[in-house]
Amino acid sequence: MRVVDRRTQVSRRGFLKGGSAATAGLVVLSVSSGMITGPTGAWAISVVNLQTATMQTLIQMARDIYPHDRLADRFYAAAVAGYDEQAGSDPAVKEMIESGVADLDGLAEARHARRYAEVGWEAERVALLREIEEGALFRTLRSGLVVGLYNNPEVWPKFGYEGASAEQGGYLERGFDDIDWV
Amino acid sequence: MSAPYDLNDDSVVVVIGSGAGGGTLGTELALKGIDTVVLEAGGRHEIEDFSNDEWGMFGQISWLDMRTTSGNWRVARDFPNLPAWIVKAVGGSTVHWAGASLRFQEHEFKDLSVYGEVAGANLLDWPIALSDLEPYYDKAEDRMGVTRTHDIPGLPGNNNFKVMKAGADKLGYRRCSTGRMAINSRPRHDRAACQQIGFCFQGCKSAAKWSTLYAEIPKGEATGKLEVRAQAQVLRIEHDDTGKVTGVVYADAEGNQQRQKARIVCVAGNSIESPRLLLNSASSLFPDGLANSSGQVGKNYMRHMTGSVYAIFDRPVNMYRGTTMAGIIEDEAGYDPSRGFVGGYEMETLSLGLPFMAAFLDPGAWGREFTSAMEGYDRMAGMWLVGEDMPQESNAVALHPTERDQYGLPVPNVHFDDHPNDIAMRDHAYRQGAAIYDAVGAVRTFPTPPYPSTHNLGTNRMSERSRDGVVNRWGQAHDVANLFVSDGSQFTTGGAENPTLTIVALALRQADYIAEQMQSGVL
Repeated sequence: MRVVDRRTQVSRRGFLKGGSAATAGLVVLSVSSGMITGPTGAWAISVVNLQTATMQTLIQMARDIYPHDRLADRFYAAAVAGYDEQAGSDPAVKEMIESGVADLDGLAEARHARRYAEVGWEAERVALLREIEEGALFRTLRSGLVVGLYNNPEVWPKFGYEGASAEQGGYLERGFDDIDWV
Repeated sequence: MSAPYDLNDDSVVVVIGSGAGGGTLGTELALKGIDTVVLEAGGRHEIEDFSNDEWGMFGQISWLDMRTTSGNWRVARDFPNLPAWIVKAVGGSTVHWAGASLRFQEHEFKDLSVYGEVAGANLLDWPIALSDLEPYYDKAEDRMGVTRTHDIPGLPGNNNFKVMKAGADKLGYRRCSTGRMAINSRPRHDRAACQQIGFCFQGCKSAAKWSTLYAEIPKGEATGKLEVRAQAQVLRIEHDDTGKVTGVVYADAEGNQQRQKARIVCVAGNSIESPRLLLNSASSLFPDGLANSSGQVGKNYMRHMTGSVYAIFDRPVNMYRGTTMAGIIEDEAGYDPSRGFVGGYEMETLSLGLPFMAAFLDPGAWGREFTSAMEGYDRMAGMWLVGEDMPQESNAVALHPTERDQYGLPVPNVHFDDHPNDIAMRDHAYRQGAAIYDAVGAVRTFPTPPYPSTHNLGTNRMSERSRDGVVNRWGQAHDVANLFVSDGSQFTTGGAENPTLTIVALALRQADYIAEQMQSGVL
């Protein structure tokens, strides 16, 4: 039966060049004032309204909420990058995010003597998230990720999903009934 | 072609809503030569406006106006402002329905007689029997092109169906097939055959699936006797001193209020908006809401016992390829109280695209338990469970005490508590669904909770006696002779079957009655 090729198409921007694997799902990002850059320099987002470290934490939280080892950091960054613009247009959003991240970092400092984004093990970070999952930041982030992460057509092949089909004539001649093991 | 009627023309029949009930009724009346105005709250989105994009289409066609929820159903927790997943557009929910077209079983018109009193349930027999509807079921099936009727072959089974069928065979189920679907298995009535596109919920790009949008309304318009006004949301129904309705007030696309006079008004706004409209039409003559002397308007809200079972296998399935609802098991649909509940349920294949799977597999879930399930997406098979739920008087659509919509009218609150019978049936269905997949080697199964309601029923129910319900055997209000209810809200009980075919059959029957009453001068 026809299966979907899950391999990342690497033609553009030397995506995998020199990349070293991050450990334990820890997002390794280059964080400078107003800019977050992926570990290989393959992608970057600018941060204007939130603290740059806050955006780094949001990206880490996004991966910890919906961890997919097959998905590169850029998908998580893309899913939360919009909060910077929202923070610029709505002070309440900015306050909710900054104070939520400060609270989370406070919990991390108390438990692990370091901020959330620098806690090494996913299980330890998830334990911290469990403590804030009823809070506004977590709830906003999680529900936003459902669309922001999974509705990105670039991630669909990673899950074996093909998206729109009408333009290709549907699946009548493309494997709607090609299962070969039942 | 499309007849423009004057707002002061009081000879027209006004139909509120253009879905399975209103779209069919309006078209049928026009075909009979009756001047008809259909007022549709949503816009007109034709097939070329559809896209294979779950969230995009959700935003384009769903009914997203403010609604609130209460009660112990899980939808109130997961989707507090989205009790129902229905369509606000010309064609109504026939734009996004899956196409399953099943007749009610004979005993499902006689619940109270057959099941007896069920504690906490407000059961009632319908004032009509299966035999009353049979000729209209037949007419509806022909009109809609239902497979496995009228010599129309069944659809071919897709991967998702083949997994279900293999499991059903192993469990000894006998009634598993690709079902009776209002989806063309070959070209018919100027519509193409199914291309196995998937995305049935997002509007059918090939028009193989029946919808009033393109399979009915254009035929009505071609007679010159039907005008469909889109973006016309009816705010209230008006009446004269004798209690006869005289017309409706609606907000047009610009938000301006218009008054359309009418000889007869037919309400088909689905089971949340229809009772809301009657309640919002309260007057000194009808202080508890129009046609509500029984106090049953908005009550007995039913949504079908629902749930889903998804299963992950060790090999690919690719369930999303092809028709969304590709097959059915009907063995559990009958009445067999030895299972621990009354009523029955259907098991119907269902697939969601990756974006909707993320939203609906286990709403609110996160972490690796959830993401590992999502990573099995291409190895998943899935089915929807749909069965008869118990009408309860306390399950109700009511006007919100404080929340108002953009026109200043109270928004509807939808209260729903699962009845113990609903829970027992759902548990049974979860077990059987999982067993079907386990029998073909599932490595993990998920008892997925109900989605926002697609089958909204019962809030203006049909009854023999005026004190028990809102409308009579013709869907005519007990209290107001020239007011009709023409959607699923007139269902006395819900049956186990997907309701669209029954809504269409009732609309065709009602059209005959209205025409006859008009011709004889009674209305």
